[in-house]
Amino acid sequence: MLLLATGVLLSCKREQRQFEPPPSPAGNVVMSQLQPGAQRPEPPTQNPFEETAYGLSEGKRLFTQYNCSGCHANGGGSIGPPLMDEKWIYGSDPANIHSTILEGRPNGMPSFRYKIPDDQIWELSAYVRSLSGQIRKDIAPGRSDDMNVHRSEQRVEKKKPEQSFVPKGAEQP
Amino acid sequence: MTNSKRHILNGYGNGQRLLAVLLLITVSLTTSCGGGLQSALNPAGPQSQHISQLWWFMLIVCTVVFVVVLGVTLVLLVKKAQGSPDELPERESAESQRRKAFIVVAATAATIVILGAFLVDSFLVGRGLTAALDRKQGVVIEVTGHQWWWEVRYPDVDASSIFTTANEIHIPVGVPVTFTLKASDVIHSFWVPNLHGKKDLIPGKVSTIWLQADKPGIYRGQCAEYCGHQHAHMALWIFAEPREQFDEWRRNQIQSAVKPASDSEKRGQQVFLTSTCVTCHTINGTSAGANIGPNLTHVASRNTIAAATLPNDRDHLASWVDDSQQIKPGNRMPPNKFRPEEMQALLDYLQSLK
Amino acid sequence: MVERSQNLPVDAYTEADEREIKELERVWACPPGIIGWFTDTDHKAIALRYVVTAFVFFLFGGIEAALMRIQLARPENHFLNPDLYNQVFTVHGTTMMFLFAVPIMTALGVYLVPLMVGARDVAFPRLNNYGYFVYLIGGILLYVSFILNTGPDAGWFAYVPLSGPGYSPGKRVDIWAQMITFTEISALCGAVVVIGTIFKMRAPGMSLHRLPLFVWAQLVTSFMIIFAMPAVMLASSFLASDRLIDTHFFNPAEGGDAILYQHMFWFFGHPEVYIIFIPALGFISSIVTTFARRRIFGYTAMVLSLIATAFLGFGLWVHHMFATPLPQLGQSFFTAASMMIAIPSGVQIFCWIATMWGAKLNIKTPLLFVLGFVAIFVLGGLTGVMLASVPLDLQIHDTFFVVAHLHYVLIGGSVFPLFGAFYYWIPKWTGRMLSERLGHWNFWLMFIGFNLVFFPMHQLGLQGMPRRVYTYLPNGGWGSLNLLASIGALILALGVAVFIVNFLWARRFGLIANANPWNADTLEWSLASPPPDYNFYRIPVVEGSNALWDRSAENPVVVGLSSTKRETLVTSVVDAVPELRYELPGPSIWPLLLALATAETFIVGIFTAWAFAIGAVLTFGVFIGWFFGDPNYENVAAKEPPQSEEPHRAPEVLRAENA
Repeated sequence: MLLLATGVLLSCKREQRQFEPPPSPAGNVVMSQLQPGAQRPEPPTQNPFEETAYGLSEGKRLFTQYNCSGCHANGGGSIGPPLMDEKWIYGSDPANIHSTILEGRPNGMPSFRYKIPDDQIWELSAYVRSLSGQIRKDIAPGRSDDMNVHRSEQRVEKKKPEQSFVPKGAEQP
Repeated sequence: MTNSKRHILNGYGNGQRLLAVLLLITVSLTTSCGGGLQSALNPAGPQSQHISQLWWFMLIVCTVVFVVVLGVTLVLLVKKAQGSPDELPERESAESQRRKAFIVVAATAATIVILGAFLVDSFLVGRGLTAALDRKQGVVIEVTGHQWWWEVRYPDVDASSIFTTANEIHIPVGVPVTFTLKASDVIHSFWVPNLHGKKDLIPGKVSTIWLQADKPGIYRGQCAEYCGHQHAHMALWIFAEPREQFDEWRRNQIQSAVKPASDSEKRGQQVFLTSTCVTCHTINGTSAGANIGPNLTHVASRNTIAAATLPNDRDHLASWVDDSQQIKPGNRMPPNKFRPEEMQALLDYLQSLK
Repeated sequence: MVERSQNLPVDAYTEADEREIKELERVWACPPGIIGWFTDTDHKAIALRYVVTAFVFFLFGGIEAALMRIQLARPENHFLNPDLYNQVFTVHGTTMMFLFAVPIMTALGVYLVPLMVGARDVAFPRLNNYGYFVYLIGGILLYVSFILNTGPDAGWFAYVPLSGPGYSPGKRVDIWAQMITFTEISALCGAVVVIGTIFKMRAPGMSLHRLPLFVWAQLVTSFMIIFAMPAVMLASSFLASDRLIDTHFFNPAEGGDAILYQHMFWFFGHPEVYIIFIPALGFISSIVTTFARRRIFGYTAMVLSLIATAFLGFGLWVHHMFATPLPQLGQSFFTAASMMIAIPSGVQIFCWIATMWGAKLNIKTPLLFVLGFVAIFVLGGLTGVMLASVPLDLQIHDTFFVVAHLHYVLIGGSVFPLFGAFYYWIPKWTGRMLSERLGHWNFWLMFIGFNLVFFPMHQLGLQGMPRRVYTYLPNGGWGSLNLLASIGALILALGVAVFIVNFLWARRFGLIANANPWNADTLEWSLASPPPDYNFYRIPVVEGSNALWDRSAENPVVVGLSSTKRETLVTSVVDAVPELRYELPGPSIWPLLLALATAETFIVGIFTAWAFAIGAVLTFGVFIGWFFGDPNYENVAAKEPPQSEEPHRAPEVLRAENA
């Protein structure tokens, strides 16, 4: 009974489905602190979607639909760096990944500002984290209905992120 | 309880029950009789016509059977014997049992005959529905079910004549149309009751259904297999038109999108191509080529939007683009907050895409 | 010669009899306190728990139905959002099919079968107890998760790929899949218990051709359960493993097949509805016999119809899949089978009508419900024959026509006879008669309300309204019929409320029932209302198909069963010749412990596959206690030294006036 209670209590947040995302203007993360006028508010560091299974499943769908696989393959990387390993060039925090997608990064990561709505960027960010096992197992998505390319995110072993800050092309030979 | 009192209560029981049943049948049937849009009883093609005939045959026979059984039950209630509830039952006479056995056997035989008739009729109608037909003059259409809209593709041997649209299908009257049905995600079901029964779209499998419209008209269909949040709002229209009209429509659909003429339309195209729209929708002739959402090349030529949920006019288009989650919560299109002048320009552009 | 009806002559007990009865009461007593409630193995207590629990789930399912009807009363209503509506209709179907219909039929079987066949308890009392706890846990699992927004939302049938890992995120469908396991284990336990009791524990003289039709119905149903339930356990387990451990059973991209799930589910799903329906046929035979005061016409035909329905029921499942791209010729086979199954049902109805024709009908509430059954079920059966035809089914499949059909056959074919059974047997279970006047109100409100809800749905389906939609557009013309259906739902709900009022009223003010208030023929009516814990002081020898009506003046009974142990008589399968005395286990904690081990396995198994390994170890441990422990460890009363040790003698049939 205790197991039952704990199991289902954990589900309170897991099963939330938010169809109406909070309105957010595109481009609310900036690269520089220098700006005229009042200070803009700090971007959130907590991913509002990380804790829901629906958000992660949406992130998985969007990963395919927006063709992230075109450069990152299914997480193993091709012309873009792999996403399922422990190396993080620009940081593994949800806000870092959100910023990567929104702003783009040097060496080929395009900016998706104005192209992908903000809540979807958060969903993608959560999904990317799940590729290396950073998300709780009962929330991470199961296998997709496609060809089996890697273990589903809920069975991936959690990797300890290494914040390397050195892009692949700049590493010492 | 005296005998007479029991009789009165019994009579009350019989009449009340019969009345209740008849009342229900009459009320229901008269409040909304037979035909209408999206009704299986309003056939517009040979398939639905045959099925409708099968339906009426079965309905009449089944009603007769029902009335007979109910009638016999009511009669036996009226004809019941009198006797004290405390007496032990007598055994029935052999004569009476033999008579009853004969009647039960006769009733069973009648049941078997009726079922046999149904079976034969059903089999013959079924054969007729799937009979191979000379399809040289026919049209082939590929429908792919998505959550929660219909992708419609008209293939052709000439690759430049292939085009894709969404949720609205045009077919020529009097010509067999073959639908090749696929599903991209979950199981859906293609169903246009005026024209034919339904066929499931199952991922990993290809189904085929052919139907024909015998008279021009607009027929509504709806997804008939639970497919998630917005299964209720996944409908489609079939426009059956005379051949010339169909050919003209088809020729228009093959064309690339209309180039924007006015400044507002040009601004609208710019808004389209520089915002989230371009990541999901295709407009042939522009750089927008994503196929996640419906093809918008000729969106203004369609009568409805959002899988036949909303009429295709400026106000509904505006509210759909602005916040489709209010109308179809859970659908795949995110809200898009545009500045008012951007929205007006975008609407001008979209409404020019005939 | 017409015999006078008579109850057992309880006033003719000697002093020795009185002492023996006292011993029996002590040995068969329910242990006291909370622990006593958990360890009690008396089949009557367990059955009443099943009935109460299943009825509570029925009310929950009814509330969900009411919510749906409120949402659908007007087009584009915003009473329930789509996510909640999808959970509500899924939980409604799941509750009604798995948590109400099958368990309550099991319940009536578990209560009445030992009494009707003349046994002191069921064949496997502890297994019976385990079955109840597993069912209770499964039901609680579903409802706790529903309250916490984790209720399943993929339909009660949960087709893949919608219910698969790609399109149903979270644990909603996993909870559904595991809840299935609980209810199926429970049903299987009930089936095994009933079959064992019926085959081996009948009173001497009750050969198979003298078995009451109620018992035949329970026997046939139990066999159906044994063959059908594993299919759905397999389907739901495959689904759970696809979701949890990345198997590809239903993934077409890796060689799996979405239609496989449909086959597996409906191979269970169709017999499931007959599992729900056939026990009700047993209720009707009992009620018709009693209230027509006549032996059922065509006993052999009735038994053969039951068996034929069960067999044919396994050959129909593809009629749920006529819209899939399966080959046409194969589908036509299932049309033929689906139509054929109307024949045994028809034979049964003709036989009942023949029984009642010209008989001395006693129009009481149970018989009213049976007459309601005739009207409603026949209509439902006829629409079923329509749905059996492939071309017609292609139009009306997955529309409100099917909703109408299934409710006509399930409510008309099972719930109405069930309510009749309640009015018939509640005097036996509780010792109080229900009010006839409230009973009539109950019936009429339910009958009228039911028809108002579901008859318009036939029309709605033909007019193109599909199932499982949370709303519909106003220009479709479906608004008025939907409103009518919603009003009818209110009336139907009132009818059920009247039943509850009647039941509560009768607890205080109902007429006290003697042993046989209806002057019925089966053996349970020879016992006090409610029966003593040990059921029969002396197991009677049955002399005809209608045990109490065919009883001779001699009234032979069996003597020699111990009153210092829980003992019952085991007889042969076909002719019920006494074979041996069988000691039954008494109250025991092991069923509860096993249920908890099962709960751990399947509930934690929603989150991790390791739960199965742990569960296996726990189960093994409990089995050791169960099988190697003292079966009467908790039965403290039985361990007291008996007052007088009777010489060990074989049971014999005693023919005497005052047995």
